[in-house]
Amino acid sequence: MSILVDDTSRVIVQGITGREGGFHASSMVAYGTHVVAGVTPGKGGQDVEGVPVYDSVAEAVARQQANTSIIFVPPRFARSAAVEAIEAGIGTIAVITEGIPLKDTVEFVALAGARGATIIGPNCPGMISPGAKTKVGIMPGHIFRAGSVGIVSRSGSLTYEIAWRTTQAGLGQSSCVGVGGDPIIGAGFAEILEMFRRDDGTQSVVLIGEIGGNAEEMAAQYIAATGFAKTVVAYIAGRTSPPGKRMGHAGAIIMGEAGTARSKIDAFAAAGVAVAERPSDVVRLLTR
Amino acid sequence: MKLLEFEAKALLRDHGIPFPEGGVAVLADEAESIARSLGRPVVLKAQIPVAGRGKAGGVLRAADASEARAVADSLLGAVIKDCLVESILVEEALDIATEYYLSVAIDRAERRYVVLASAHGGVDVEQAAQTSPEGVARSWADPVSGFDRPAAHELVRRAGISSAEAGELAGLLVHLFAATLERDAELTELNPLVATSTGALVAVDARMIVDENALFRHPDIQAEALNRERTPREIEARERGLAYVDLAGTIGVVGNGAGLVMATIDLVSYFGGSPANFLDIGGGGEVDITRDGLLLVLEKPEVEAVVVNVFGGITRCDIVARAVIEAADRASVKKPVAVSIMGTNHEEGQRLLDEAGISSYADIEESVAGIMKTLGKDEHSG
Repeated sequence: MSILVDDTSRVIVQGITGREGGFHASSMVAYGTHVVAGVTPGKGGQDVEGVPVYDSVAEAVARQQANTSIIFVPPRFARSAAVEAIEAGIGTIAVITEGIPLKDTVEFVALAGARGATIIGPNCPGMISPGAKTKVGIMPGHIFRAGSVGIVSRSGSLTYEIAWRTTQAGLGQSSCVGVGGDPIIGAGFAEILEMFRRDDGTQSVVLIGEIGGNAEEMAAQYIAATGFAKTVVAYIAGRTSPPGKRMGHAGAIIMGEAGTARSKIDAFAAAGVAVAERPSDVVRLLTR
Repeated sequence: MKLLEFEAKALLRDHGIPFPEGGVAVLADEAESIARSLGRPVVLKAQIPVAGRGKAGGVLRAADASEARAVADSLLGAVIKDCLVESILVEEALDIATEYYLSVAIDRAERRYVVLASAHGGVDVEQAAQTSPEGVARSWADPVSGFDRPAAHELVRRAGISSAEAGELAGLLVHLFAATLERDAELTELNPLVATSTGALVAVDARMIVDENALFRHPDIQAEALNRERTPREIEARERGLAYVDLAGTIGVVGNGAGLVMATIDLVSYFGGSPANFLDIGGGGEVDITRDGLLLVLEKPEVEAVVVNVFGGITRCDIVARAVIEAADRASVKKPVAVSIMGTNHEEGQRLLDEAGISSYADIEESVAGIMKTLGKDEHSG
């Protein structure tokens, strides 16, 4: 079992005629995802390796009963692509694009909230449910395998590194979700943890966080408040990064007391969540 | 991207925020002539993108034009809080009755804009906010209706402000909110916004941080402000498209993805080392970027050894290996390099590295442990 995406996901690739969109559309198809359409305004009627391209999301929904979307459009057009998907009734939208203005994200995240759509991202690798052979994202499929560990992460390649370790240890994943590295995102840790809580196929969770913002502190509060019954192991990147320096993800700027690695580690400890000191500790803590 | 005070004021003036009279000076002459044309005591302020400049001697008064010249002379070219003072703002000194605090920021947790107001503005507003948080009133902007006049009046009331200025303050908050959205700012802050003894409202200081990701739609905002906070190597790296940050240690760090790079930096510390930099070469597996980035790190004099951790799906490891070999070859001083690569063609990549005498691993912790061992410094051997 899984969360967010499975073999009932009928996926639109917005930006399919671009280099990234086209490459990852093929990769998703090869993995087993039901990619039913691509959307690039003005390029309707074409096809990209067998996937029909439409001018609008509404048309793709009408013709192909699409219910999921993944967005690869450039930052200046991402907001309108997301709004288009939300207004066409798409329920789950992965926004891969990095570099979207914060104001734009605030707008489409608010609209999604009002319409009951789930936004994953932006600036994220997407999500994968290996047991259902479905990925709506850019992660390499071969490092995942079906299993019962749920993974939720703010990172991209670090997620693969840790997921690969769980696969090598014989543990597979129910679903792996990259929530993205931007300061403002759609679904956050608490929302994804709640989905894992309700998923019978998930028995334990790995949470990969980083310095900056208070997403981990809020996740710890959620875990404590709900008495989250499944094992949670956390890893926090950036423990030794000096405060005040901007590094990589915009979201990793530390502001004052909130957002330090110490604050997150303490919050998790208080909620009974084991915190791995290094990536290899994750598997040890999951299996002890 | 942090704007200097005078830049923030220039933008916000267009949105109806009142500021003191004055001008920018880059020479003591200019400061003198601004003070002379104002004809009254002035305040001279170092234009540097850091908080707390007042307490560090970056804000000084002058009674007249010739004193202004002397003060300007002492400020221009000084280093305050690690920043070189290249320009100063010379403004009329005001007779201050009350100091207010007004700001608009993005609240990450609420995923909305938040408007703040307080009757306890000034240099100690943060301490004041901590000791009595109810002194800073907050209002989250509605995603649809925004922040309108009624909301502003309500906020001012909740800040405990009932003076004659309350209505005007509410108006300024509406302007400040509009300016924040129009300019794609992450933060706009007026601290203090003062009421003078004659009852005029004037924003004595202004701070503005503009969203870097939105600069493409603000051609009037110069992106070179970004370089003010960067070291020369960081500026060079940026020009080559590298996400690079200088740190104080001796172990160079290169990886693909910010989280992975930060994790590698943490591992360097774990194994007893100290990182010399952060470098994210991104996910595209670009040869030039990998090679140029690694070379930049190798050329930093303080760097004794470099660890390269790449974990990619579409990244071709044989291409990464070739880029690493080329960079190591071109480096003017030979330094140990350890590489961990995982992805397409990783066996071929490792073979190429082994042939070139570069230590290769399939695990990001082993590469760090390995490099520390090479330097004879590991604390957790095995």
